[in-house]
Amino acid sequence: MSILVLADLHEGQLAGATAHVVAAAKAIGGDIDVLVAGEGVQAAAEAAAKLDGVSKVRVADNAVYAHQLAEPMGALLVELADGYTHVLASASTTGKNVLPRLAALKDVSQLSDVLAVDSADTFKRPIYAGNAIATVKSDDALKVITVRTTGFDAVGDGGSATIEAVDTVVDNAQSSFVKQELAESDRPELGGAKVVISGGRGMGNGENFKLLDGIADKLGAAIGASRAAVDAGFVPNDMQVGQTGKIVAPELYIAVGISGAIQHLAGMKDSKVIVAINKDDEAPIFQVADYGLVGDLFEILPELEGKL
Amino acid sequence: MKVLVAVKRVIDYNVKIRVKADHSDVDLTNVKMAMNPFCEIAVEEAVRLKEKGVATEVVAVTVGPKAAQEQLRTALALGADRAIHIETDERAESLAVAKLLAKVVDEEQPGMVILGKQAIDTDNNQTGQMLAALTNLPQGTFASEVAVDGDKVHVTREIDGGLQTVALTLPAIVTTDLRLNEPRYAKLPDIMKAKKKPMDVKTPADLGVEMASKVSLLKVESPAERKGGIKVASVDELIDKLKNEAKVL
Repeated sequence: MSILVLADLHEGQLAGATAHVVAAAKAIGGDIDVLVAGEGVQAAAEAAAKLDGVSKVRVADNAVYAHQLAEPMGALLVELADGYTHVLASASTTGKNVLPRLAALKDVSQLSDVLAVDSADTFKRPIYAGNAIATVKSDDALKVITVRTTGFDAVGDGGSATIEAVDTVVDNAQSSFVKQELAESDRPELGGAKVVISGGRGMGNGENFKLLDGIADKLGAAIGASRAAVDAGFVPNDMQVGQTGKIVAPELYIAVGISGAIQHLAGMKDSKVIVAINKDDEAPIFQVADYGLVGDLFEILPELEGKL
Repeated sequence: MKVLVAVKRVIDYNVKIRVKADHSDVDLTNVKMAMNPFCEIAVEEAVRLKEKGVATEVVAVTVGPKAAQEQLRTALALGADRAIHIETDERAESLAVAKLLAKVVDEEQPGMVILGKQAIDTDNNQTGQMLAALTNLPQGTFASEVAVDGDKVHVTREIDGGLQTVALTLPAIVTTDLRLNEPRYAKLPDIMKAKKKPMDVKTPADLGVEMASKVSLLKVESPAERKGGIKVASVDELIDKLKNEAKVL
């Protein structure tokens, strides 16, 4: 078996998701290469070379791969995929954007959001927003897979892979990057945070989300929100945790003023410890919470911040 | 410019699903079905493009059983001009659907194809990207804004951590994210009118596409149920439990 992992980048640096995808590759077994593609990505390549279990890092450093647009990335992967049995990427918005193009051009199916490896050809993946888990077997010669990072513990450092330049340069006259607006924050990213504190409709308005800031600072937490809070216009959509937003599985998840709709639970129910703070003691969120505190969040939050 | 919009018939998003007793699949007998929510957003966007004078014709297409014509009628009631039903009772994997849609693109020559970013049943998030690859067209996935400007389209995409805008040459493939628009409801007179709008029915064989897939579904299970825990009486007790029992602080 021979596996190619497409590295995730965040502003040119290696993103944490890649170490989880390498863990999935190790669970499949075989030689693991990592492809780092972008512009000015030497540091990312060096970081990838340190990941435990990686034998070779292939670096495609060229302006055409800047921002990892789908069209040139798909074309590059098609060039490089020969000789591999599996191509893996994280189920990030980049992996989801790029990998189906590779699969289609190789005339194979893709398995999305794989969260467990049963064997080299059999995998588990969530369907119906995680309300069912499907076991699927692929008989395709090349298996194209996106990995749900919460399903695999990240590999550590300690590797010393060789780094090799990829000279392949593809044309792209179809798409161009215009601009990017990333939310500025000193906080960890929702997907990778060890602690997440989320607010729901019970927060009342966007201004009140500031009540979560101090607690998040003390816990090193990322701040999320329910779909209801996003729909109500309290906070932007990139904070959404749930079926239609981000899927998170931190060590500690604190749900504040969130009733616990199915669609929200789908995004956080795999968290190790769940705390719910809600004034309605019948709220469905308490059925999944390890620790529930019934009360007025406007009193509880300042007290919690003070005592942490 | 002609706009092609693809829709899928799925279990209604409000229905709590049940896994079949023999674990072969999810039980869909007597379950309410509806248009996939992301596809509703796709239809809405296509209709708005027509209302703005950017699109001249909106063609809705689906792949699925005879009953999927209900969802095409919904699309017609919402403002699509005509519909194409590719009828099959087989399990339609993303790749096969993308191949069928590629044939339709070849016949219809649309200036833009709009699809939902994913269907809420299999949650694959693949078909639009595969269609783009097979037709050799650029793609703007997870769109929260679509702005046609001459022979290009600017698509603002919902990416991890924020928004990205790309410029694509037309024709292009667009897949919708939640914030792109709020779909309208069909009005009764439009539902009546939709019954008279033209609908073509074809089969995968007519289009020369093989539906078989090399991926087999071995088993479907319910996820491990999470048990509720305890209620604590105070913030002090909560902090104590998190520190000394759960050991996460």
